[in-house]
Order: sequence, then structure tokens, then C-alpha cells
Amino acid sequence: MQSVILKTATHLMVGLMLVFAVYVLLRGHHEPGGGFSAALLAGTAFALFAITEGADQVRRAIRIRPAAMAMTGLAMAVVSGLPALFTGRPFLTGIWRHLNGFSVGTPLLFDMGVFLAVLGAILSILLALEEN
Amino acid sequence: MKPPLPNIENPPACCRGGLFSSILPLVLFGFLCLAWPRVVQGDIFAVQWAWVPSLDLDLAFRLDGLGLLFSLIITMTGFFVTLYASTYMAGYPHLGRFFFYLHGFMLAMLGIVLADNLLLLFIFWEATTILSFLLIGFNHESTDARESARQALLVTGGGGLFLLMGILLIKAAGFPMGLSLLAASGDLIRSHVLYPAIFICILVGAMTKSAQVPFHFWLPNAMTAPTPISAFLHAATMVKAGIYLLLRLHPAMAGTPLWTGTLVIIGGITALWGAIQALGPCDLKRVLAYTTLMALGVLTLFAGGQTVLSLTAAATFLMVHALYKAALFLAVGSIDHQTGTRDLEHLEGLLKCMPLTALAVAGATLSMAGFPLFFGFIGKEIMYEGALAQEMFPVFATIATLMSNALMTAVAAVILITPFAGPPGGKLSLVCEAPWTMRLGPAIMGTLGIIFGIMPEWVSANLVQPAVFSIHPDREDIRLVFFHGINLPLLLSILTLALGSLIYRHRILLRYRVETFMQRLWITTPVLYQRALEAFLSLAGSFTGKIQNGSLHFYLFVTIFTMVVAVGWPWIFHIPAALVLPETVGPLIAFGLFAFILASTGVVVTARKRLSAIGGLGGVGSGVALTFLVFGAPDIALTQLLVETLTVIFVSLVLLRLPPIDAVQKRSCSRTIRDACLSLGAGLVLTTVLMGVLQVPLDRSLTAFFENHAYLAAHGRNIVNVILVDFRSLDTLGEICVVVLAAWAAVTLIRRPKEG
Amino acid sequence: MESFLAIVVGLMVSAAFFLMLSGVLIRFVFGLILMGNAVNLLIFTAGRLAPVNPPLIGAKQTLLAAPAANALPQALILTAIVIGFAMTIFMLILLFRTHDQTRTLDADQDRFILETDKTDLPDITGQKVQE
Repeated sequence: MQSVILKTATHLMVGLMLVFAVYVLLRGHHEPGGGFSAALLAGTAFALFAITEGADQVRRAIRIRPAAMAMTGLAMAVVSGLPALFTGRPFLTGIWRHLNGFSVGTPLLFDMGVFLAVLGAILSILLALEEN
Repeated sequence: MKPPLPNIENPPACCRGGLFSSILPLVLFGFLCLAWPRVVQGDIFAVQWAWVPSLDLDLAFRLDGLGLLFSLIITMTGFFVTLYASTYMAGYPHLGRFFFYLHGFMLAMLGIVLADNLLLLFIFWEATTILSFLLIGFNHESTDARESARQALLVTGGGGLFLLMGILLIKAAGFPMGLSLLAASGDLIRSHVLYPAIFICILVGAMTKSAQVPFHFWLPNAMTAPTPISAFLHAATMVKAGIYLLLRLHPAMAGTPLWTGTLVIIGGITALWGAIQALGPCDLKRVLAYTTLMALGVLTLFAGGQTVLSLTAAATFLMVHALYKAALFLAVGSIDHQTGTRDLEHLEGLLKCMPLTALAVAGATLSMAGFPLFFGFIGKEIMYEGALAQEMFPVFATIATLMSNALMTAVAAVILITPFAGPPGGKLSLVCEAPWTMRLGPAIMGTLGIIFGIMPEWVSANLVQPAVFSIHPDREDIRLVFFHGINLPLLLSILTLALGSLIYRHRILLRYRVETFMQRLWITTPVLYQRALEAFLSLAGSFTGKIQNGSLHFYLFVTIFTMVVAVGWPWIFHIPAALVLPETVGPLIAFGLFAFILASTGVVVTARKRLSAIGGLGGVGSGVALTFLVFGAPDIALTQLLVETLTVIFVSLVLLRLPPIDAVQKRSCSRTIRDACLSLGAGLVLTTVLMGVLQVPLDRSLTAFFENHAYLAAHGRNIVNVILVDFRSLDTLGEICVVVLAAWAAVTLIRRPKEG
Repeated sequence: MESFLAIVVGLMVSAAFFLMLSGVLIRFVFGLILMGNAVNLLIFTAGRLAPVNPPLIGAKQTLLAAPAANALPQALILTAIVIGFAMTIFMLILLFRTHDQTRTLDADQDRFILETDKTDLPDITGQKVQE
């Protein structure tokens, strides 16, 4: 599309939306949000980007192939379940460590896996459609 | 049948992978040999792991005398057959698959004879059925092979269902699934009211697998399989599975008049039927298949008996048959491989060209005919002893055994004399001997037939006695001896040879008589099978034609209609007189949202333009999202809103490339009304069901658990998110897999190259 | 509120079925999307509407201060929404590909059933293949 306003606005918006997506992802454990919403938000941002700049630009921006991203997400989700196995608990049981008031645990990794898997799925369809 | 086409060049081709894989059966055979001396002493090797305890299904294996006898036969023939096939099958496509099936079959067969749990045995049993199907149909480009494979699958698979039914009946009667436990409760089983039903189900399973009349017809047809397969599955091992089952269940179920009478009669008829038919065909493999029927019949007959003698006869003849039949099949395969034909009418004078094969065939056929000094002679003696000592129908058993043995002698003569005697004619003189891999099996098995015949005491002490002792309580010594003195069995043996030569002389006349008799039979099971199959296929065809008529409207209409009737009709009788709902007081704005949702829905339904429909959909989605928000679900409200945005983007992307909505024929008015009524009916059913659901008190204990543990155990304040990524993360993992798979499928569809 | 929502759900389902029955594939997909929304709302309602506080534990607290909305159906619906979305996209692509092959989106037309379907039927009797 050749609308200057749309292009300019998109450049501003996409960056903002991606940052916001990461925020939604990270705050998801305590406030509304999480991997699913964040992925949809990021997907929308990339859709906007793809419509204005074309699929090539999106591919260049994300660097890895969307399918690889989806697979990485699935792998992260699976890997996040493994530590529990080593401690003799069922697969995917959450394991937490507390450092100076911050809590870090495998469910966060799992949520990031969800984010990447869903985003990868959306992007692969989006780019395939745009390029068709 | 095709005329001979000698394989003159005798290509040294050999499937190395197949050759290499023959190590597996050899190693297994070696292990069994290590365990052998201890099994002879009466030791039993048993291992057990729990698998599905709730079903009484354990991975339990047990090696006793009977299992050892069968395992030795399986691994030994397995080794020779694999070795043989590595040359015989060279040049065929899909050899990896072939050897995979072959070894898979061997392991499944070992599973049957070593399993100590009826359900486990059944699993292996079905595995052999499926692998047999795959192996018979290995030349899947041939129609014959496909049809025979399917026939074998339907007959033995159908029998397998009966077997399962029998096993479940045993379970229903309260008996354990462990075979050794089952053997101990024989008296209770025999006096149980379900005993006849159990017996019939198990019998049908065994009869189909072991090709007893009237389920025998699949076995001769299965000869379309490659010859090594016929030798392994359809002569030496798989068809013996039914016999094995009868022997294994002998302590648990045998001893009733029902068991003995039925088995003796069925076995006798099968033996006679197979033996008579064996004179008919010109195809050597079919001849052998019919003689296998005879052997299976005789084995069933002796499995029916209750005495030690009867079981000894079964165990001995089992070995006799496995040795000579596998050797003969492999030798016939060699003839086929070298000359290009196995038609008796085209084969003659092969003695000069293939002397070693001829020697092996001589050893096997003389054992088959029961000549003195051969193992077959010992087998025949003990068979006559067993038949004479049968508790029920001893006269019938003896006559059936005598007649089928006499016919076997004649058939043995045909197999030995016709292809090998005389001068080689035409191109047959160019034929040369098969490679060593194909000669080894027949040679060793033929030789074993002589060695066992010379030292029967060793065989009875080390093979027969342990096998019989493991299924019979009596501990009387079993001794197979070469010469019993002049008694009735010896006279019968002599009579057999005399009758056999008589039959051989008049075989042409006899064959003619049999053929005319067969033509007079008004119905036979193969015909019945064919008719039933055709009827079933045409029924399925017309049924499928009616319900799968290609009309989307029809499918949906039937589905929705069924839902309305199946849910709505019973529901009518349960609707409370007054549906009193726990009405929640929500903000007034909720009513506005409902109205908005309904209005947007209306827009979607009535839209004639794509854009207005998309707008309507967006309205519905946003309305639903806001409803979630109003009723305390910010997470799903957020997700729903985002999904709505993306959906609109994707719908627009796709719809822009499609024709407008109204670019179709107009639907008739009556159809629209009918559809509308059905849809409203479905909606009404759903509304009332939902109202009914709301009247039942809700169990919130799960939610309470999540609420109480969300922060304390899982360190999250957003309970919904904690459920997703922690409490129920396995579900979520499955769900993202679905999402990724759907995306994968969609991308594949998009990228599909255009035709032309 | 509940009875109103039940009626809304019923009407949405009716509309969805009606669209699907129309035989126009675009409307079929619209029906499917509508159905997804209706079913999510149905699950939500079946999990009860009261209380209406979001199931979020307040800062500095370890348990819910006041009774909150049922979190379990919410978690179910959240994944259902995403899966429904993925399936919708898949259906859209299928629609696109169908149109590519048949040049029509009218499921009632004869040409919609591909001609190749009739000739390429596997021969289940196994008897006629070699003719």
C-alpha cells in the first residue's frame, strides 16, 4: 500500500505494539495477559507491518523462519517440563527459585514457549498468504 | 500356469541386509539352547512386568516345555527361511519392508508361545494375523495376492474376534488371565455354566487360525505369498498357533466330552478333506498347502484327546511336520526359482540338474510318507497308538488317521517322483542347482528327519516329554522307540504304505472322482465367503452412496436434525415445569451488549456484501469480549479482542481474492424456511439445555483448589494464567501443538503449486 | 442475566447453523466463526456469572480477598479462542483453495464435487484394477 500516513503510523505503531506485547507477556503471571494474548498482539503488529511494507520486510525483521519460531516455542514448552522430571515430580510441574524478591520459575519459560509457538503459527500463515 | 523359464545365469544376487538379519533368529535359537537343559529338568523361566493392572494384563512371559518346543521350531525355521529369502527374494522391491515384516512376525509368534497372559497372547495373536496379511499381500501389485491377503485377514481376524470374546467370557466368569493360574483352576472352569460358550469362542479362534474345515479355504489361497513366507507362516509356525492355543488351554479346559468329541470330529474331517484335495492341484505349493491342512487336522484331533499318549502324538507329529513341510516348501521354492515354474505338468527329470535339492526332497518326502528309519515313521506309530486310545470315537479317529496317512504317502510319492524322475525335457536340461543359502535349510531339516528317526529316545526325553508334562498332570514316562514289536500300530503302518501305493497308482481316477464330487456340492464355504463378501460390499456401496451423496447441505441438515432430535426429545421429558435460574445482577450495560451482539448477528446473517458481513462478525466478537469483561474475565476479554482483530485481518486478506457472497444461485424459498426452522429448533434446544444446566448446583471445588494454591504454590496472582501455564500446562502444551499443526496444514495448502 | 445470555447463545447458534446450511461457503465460514463465539459464551455461562470480580489475587495478598468469577472455564475458553482462531484461518485457506480448484463457492453446484473424485475412487473389491 502506498499511503504515506499509514506507513509512518505503522512504523511508530509496530514498535510500540511489540514492546507492549513483551510487557503483556511478562506481566501475565500476575495481571491479565500472558503468552496467548501477547502472541496475538505481536501477530497483529506484524500483520500491520506486512500489509504496509510487504512480507519480505517482515521476514527480514524477524530473521528466523516462522516455522522455526513455532518449533522453538514448542521445544521451550517441552523443555520447561523437564526439570520437574529430574526432581522426581510429574512432567511440567512448576519449579521456582526466589532471588532478592524476584521469583523465577519454569512456568515463565513455558509461557514464553506458548508465545513463540502461537506467534510462529500466525506469522507462517500470514507470510504465506501475503506471498501467494 | 506359466511354462518353465530356466534361470540359467543363476545370478549370485543376494540381499546382504537379509543375510545379515538372519543372525537374529540364530541368536535367539542359541539362547533357547542354553535354557534347554534346565527346561528338560523341569525348570521354568518366568518374568513379569505390570502393564495394565486394571485389566489384569501383564507383560508376563514363561518358558516351559511346550513353549520351548514351539520356540525352537520358530527360531530354527526362522533362521533357515531368512537365510533362504535373502537369496530367493533378491531383486524384489521393498526388501527392507519384507525382512522387517518377517522378523516382526517371528517375534510376535514367539510372543504367542511365551506369553503367560491370555490378553497378551491375544495381542501377539492379532499381530501375527496382521503381519500375515502384509506378507501374503507382499506382491501387492497382483490382484490374486491382494485378494488372498484380504481373505486370510478377514477369516483369521474374524476368528480373532471370537477368541477375544472367549477370553472376555473367561474374565467375566471371574477367572484370572494368567495362563499358569488358569491351568490350576481347570475343574472350576469345566463345571462353569459359561464353559460351552467359552469353548465355542476359543474353538472358532483356533479353527480359523489353524485352517480347520469349514474355515480352511484361506490357507491354499495364501500360497500366493512368496515361498519363504509360505514355508514359515503357513506351514511351520503361524497355522500352528491355533494348535498351540488348544494345547496351552488343555489343562484348563480339556477333558469334557464336548472338547474331545468336537476336536476329534473336526480334526478328523479336516485331515481327510485336506488329504483328499492334495491329490488334485498341479501347483506344487497348493499340493503342499493341502497336506498342511491334513497335518493341522491330525494335530487338532490329538489335541482333543485326554491321554498322555494322545498329547505325545500331537507333540511328536508337530515336529515331524514342521521339519518335512518347511524343507519341502523351501525345496519347491528352489525349483520354482531355478526353473521358473512349480507346475507338476511342466517339471520332469530334475534329478540330474538339481541332485542336492532332490536329495533333500527325498529325505523330507520319505519322512512325510512314514518310511522306517525316518522320523515320520516314529510319528505315524505314535499317531496310531494315540488314535486307538482316544476316549471318544476311536474307530473314526483311527480310520481318519489311516486314510489321511495313506493319502499323504501317495502325495509324497507324487512330489518325489513327478518332478525328478525321467530325462529332463526341453529347456529343463539347462537348469542348475540353487545357491547354498537356499540349499542349507532343506538339507539340514531333511537330515534332522533321519537323525530324529534313528534316535527317537533322545527326542522323546528332550523335546516331547517336557512339552507334554507342561500341559498334563500325569508323569508317566514317555518313550518313543523305533520298534515296538509286532502290534496293531505296526500293522496299520504297513497297511498305510500299501494303501498309499495303491492310491498312487490310481491317483488319476481318484482325482477325477474328487473333482466330480466337489462339483456336486451345492454350497461350500469359499463360495459362501465370496457371496457374503459381495453382499456386504454392495450393501456398503449402496449405503455409502445414500449417505455420502456429496451434498454439504444434506450432511449438515442430517447432523443438526439428529442433534435436535437426540438431545431435544429426551430433554422434553425432563424439563422442569418452571425454569428458575439464579439470576445474577449485572450492570445494565450488559443488556446493551446483548442487544449489540444480536444486532451484529443479524447483520452477518442478512449481509449481501462481504464487507458488511465482516463488520457484523467484528461486532459480535467485540460484543462477546465486552461481555466477558463485564462479568469478570479480563483475560479472555483481552484475548478475544485481539483474536477478533486478527480474524478480521485474515478474513479480509482471503475474501478479497474470492467472489462476492451473492454470486450464487438463489435458494428456493421453501428450503430457506426449512433451514430456518431447523436452526431455530437447534438454538431452542441449546437454550433450554443451558437453562437446565444452570439449575443444577455447580461444584466449584476444582476452582477453589486453583484459587487457594495459585499464589501459595504456583507464585502467580492471575489465576487463569496460572491454570494455563502451571496447573494444566500439559493441556496447554497439547493446545499449542494443535495451533502449530493447523498453521502447518494451512501453509501447506497455500503453497500448493498450481496445476498445469 | 443468565436466562438472557442463554437466549442470546441460542439465537447465535441458530444464526450460525442457518449460515452453514446456506451452502455458500463464505457464509459457512461466517457461521463457523459465529458458532465459536456462541460456544465460548455457552461455556462461560455454564460456569456461572456470579460473582463478577476478576479472579486476580491482589498485591501483598496470598489469597483472593473476595469471591471471584470462576477461573476454570475462563482458562478453558482462553485456549478455545486461540484454537478456534487457528481453525478459522485453516478453514479460510481451505475455502481459498477450494475456489482455486472449482471456481465456485456454491456447494450446491455439481462441479463443486470434483470430477476426479469419481474416477480415482480406490477399488475396494480389488477385482477390477487389472482390467
